[in-house]
Amino acid sequence: MKALILVGGYGTRLRPLTLSVPKPLVDFCNKPILLHQVEALVKVGVNHVILAVSYMSQMLEEEMKKQEERLGIRISLSHEKEPLGTAGPLALARQLLEENSDPFFVLNSDVICDFPFKDMMRFHKHHGKEGTIVVTKVEEPSKYGVVVYEAETGRIQKFVEKPQVFVSNKINAGMYIFSPKILDRIQLQPTSIEKEIFPMMAQEAQLYAMELQGFWMDIGQPKDFLTGMCMYLQSVRQKNPEWLHSGPEFVGNVLVHPSAKVGKNCSIGPNVTIGADVVVEDGVRIKRCTIMKGSYICSHSWLESCIIGWRSSIGQWVRLENVTVLGEDVIVNDELYLNGANVLPHKTISESVPEPRIIM
Amino acid sequence: MLKAVILIGGPQKGTRFRPLSFEVPKPLFPVAGVPMIQHHIEACSQVPNMKEILLVGFYQPNEALNKFLVVAQQEFKIPIRYLQEYAALGTGGGIYHFRDQILSGGPEAFFVMNADVCSEFPLLEMLDFQKHQGDTHSFIMLGATANRTQSLNYGCIVAKADTQEVLHYVEKPSTFVSNVINCGIYLFTPAIFQHIGEVFHRNHQQPFLEENINGWQRAEMIRLEQDVFTALAGHGRLYVFKTDGFWSQIKSAGSAIYASRLYLDRYNTSHPERLTHNQTEGPIIKGNVYIHPTATIHESTVLGPNVSIGEGVTVGAGVRVRESIILHGAVLQDHSCVLNSIVGWDSSIGRWARVEGTPSDPNPNDPHAKMDSETLFRDGKLTPSITILGCNVSIPPEVIILNSIVLPHKELTRSFKNQIIL
Repeated sequence: MKALILVGGYGTRLRPLTLSVPKPLVDFCNKPILLHQVEALVKVGVNHVILAVSYMSQMLEEEMKKQEERLGIRISLSHEKEPLGTAGPLALARQLLEENSDPFFVLNSDVICDFPFKDMMRFHKHHGKEGTIVVTKVEEPSKYGVVVYEAETGRIQKFVEKPQVFVSNKINAGMYIFSPKILDRIQLQPTSIEKEIFPMMAQEAQLYAMELQGFWMDIGQPKDFLTGMCMYLQSVRQKNPEWLHSGPEFVGNVLVHPSAKVGKNCSIGPNVTIGADVVVEDGVRIKRCTIMKGSYICSHSWLESCIIGWRSSIGQWVRLENVTVLGEDVIVNDELYLNGANVLPHKTISESVPEPRIIM
Repeated sequence: MLKAVILIGGPQKGTRFRPLSFEVPKPLFPVAGVPMIQHHIEACSQVPNMKEILLVGFYQPNEALNKFLVVAQQEFKIPIRYLQEYAALGTGGGIYHFRDQILSGGPEAFFVMNADVCSEFPLLEMLDFQKHQGDTHSFIMLGATANRTQSLNYGCIVAKADTQEVLHYVEKPSTFVSNVINCGIYLFTPAIFQHIGEVFHRNHQQPFLEENINGWQRAEMIRLEQDVFTALAGHGRLYVFKTDGFWSQIKSAGSAIYASRLYLDRYNTSHPERLTHNQTEGPIIKGNVYIHPTATIHESTVLGPNVSIGEGVTVGAGVRVRESIILHGAVLQDHSCVLNSIVGWDSSIGRWARVEGTPSDPNPNDPHAKMDSETLFRDGKLTPSITILGCNVSIPPEVIILNSIVLPHKELTRSFKNQIIL
């Protein structure tokens, strides 16, 4: 079975992290975003993953070679010469997708959830039509495009963009399974699958919706990345509580890489991910943060709702809050206050940033 | 023999020092660990032949002042009395009203100084200067050099280059007059009262000449600066002694932190015993730090530079304090961080809380720069200043209080930035 992952462009929304590493390789809860998806696909029998990328990255290629070996599957990069939208990449990869008549998965690369691939296969086989899209419930449907479908069968009737009057609270979750027949609908040109392909399929009663159980988050920007982390850690609490760290200095769901060191009199959590080789000195308070591999946090600092990029270094008595994102190898000097700062890689910060801004 | 008068003002003055002046008369606010005017008294007590120090002001007699007088008299072994004006009489009116008290015993000269200045008090040099510039009946004012812009906020002195005779004096001019400014520290002979008396009598004859905001001007209200010095200038009686030593006004709470820094630095020579030094088992001290002997400081804290910690203060593990004054009874809990702030009496700061202000120091690259006279608001916004916690304020754990002023007896429950919290 095959899967196509729509990786797309530079991942600018997740800058400054994506200035150092292609978005699929950014660590989410101590594992590259892409591997969360790929590993779940492998579990349901996918043996060939195609990444649709609109830019080339040597780092991505090399990492995918490693993963091919580790997972024993094939990973291809399908490179768009020009951005092809969300449908065009299917046409570009047509030859690979048509190698056999099995249905294939298509995924947006920013989605984190309990991937329901097994259920999708079963559901898709059961209705026997061209496509299945996963939908998830949202609180404020007026902000999204919603999906209207028959409750019993899941047959999609229509899509409504940003509805002002309530018609549905289910939105497209960015995960699909298609039969190869869908490829006849798509030309090799920039095309939106949501706007141009799905409505036609719905009209012809070829598209079904399957509701996602459990959490779902598009982690394409820092604020949502942190929210997604909280949801993911909560699901780890339910399914694999032994992965989480416990002890008098840990509060709630905290993931600590075995190679990380945490000092005395700290208070870590809830909702914290600490990466490989991270050092947290004594008396540090961290809540709702991701600390990436190799970072160093000096004593008595206080961090809330931050992403600390790889190999960054935070001084003593530093306060970081309000979705401060540090790129790779950023140094924050002692006793500073950063409020919602977005710091580009390799910067040394020697003055406080009391109001949110970008530090070039 | 000599005397000294310290003009301490009254409760209606020093509003820029709120909310700290709610709890203690401003002249008793601790600067570098001791009451502001103790620095004056100590300097006076070191002048040979100094027989008495008089505090003149319009505070109601109060316990804090009485207690201070008792302790200071014991410590400096000199009589110190408080003379209470019946109303705010101005810098000249107060001493004129109490001229008999000042002149009793027949001093040949006396110092007059404003309480809200911090200085090296070069009193002996002023006496020397008076002796050596020829006329022993002359009046001497202490002058300092300011930069052109800031000079406009002070009394400006034009002096004759060779003799230092004051040729012209103007208070807070609107255009540049001179970069030599009045420090509010004077050496007078009893003859000064004739000159103040002239103003007094003139005011009595023409009491409504100058209207103040109330539409009424008390004849006894006399200002040394505008009423006396302006008239004295150019008559061969008033001279300026220029000092290069440190000097600053203490108008706002922000300037108290700056003044503390100046005095703490001076302790290196004048009172090394008041400064804390690094010991193997103890807090890390950076620069000049004063710690009251009764304070409890955890060995893992880092203090300084320019930190004064008052009586009975408790500082927990892993606390950081820099450029701040911690008043008596305050509690700083573990991992908290206090920068550019004044923490009021019996206030408490929770774990990992951050209390931070913006320093309002003079430009360090200009040797003549002074504190800018701070306005609380600019363009309708609170100007970033030091953070001040009034008496008995409680800051919860993990919040930040930035550039804010918290009035006494408040229990905060969240972070605040750039606000006055009533």
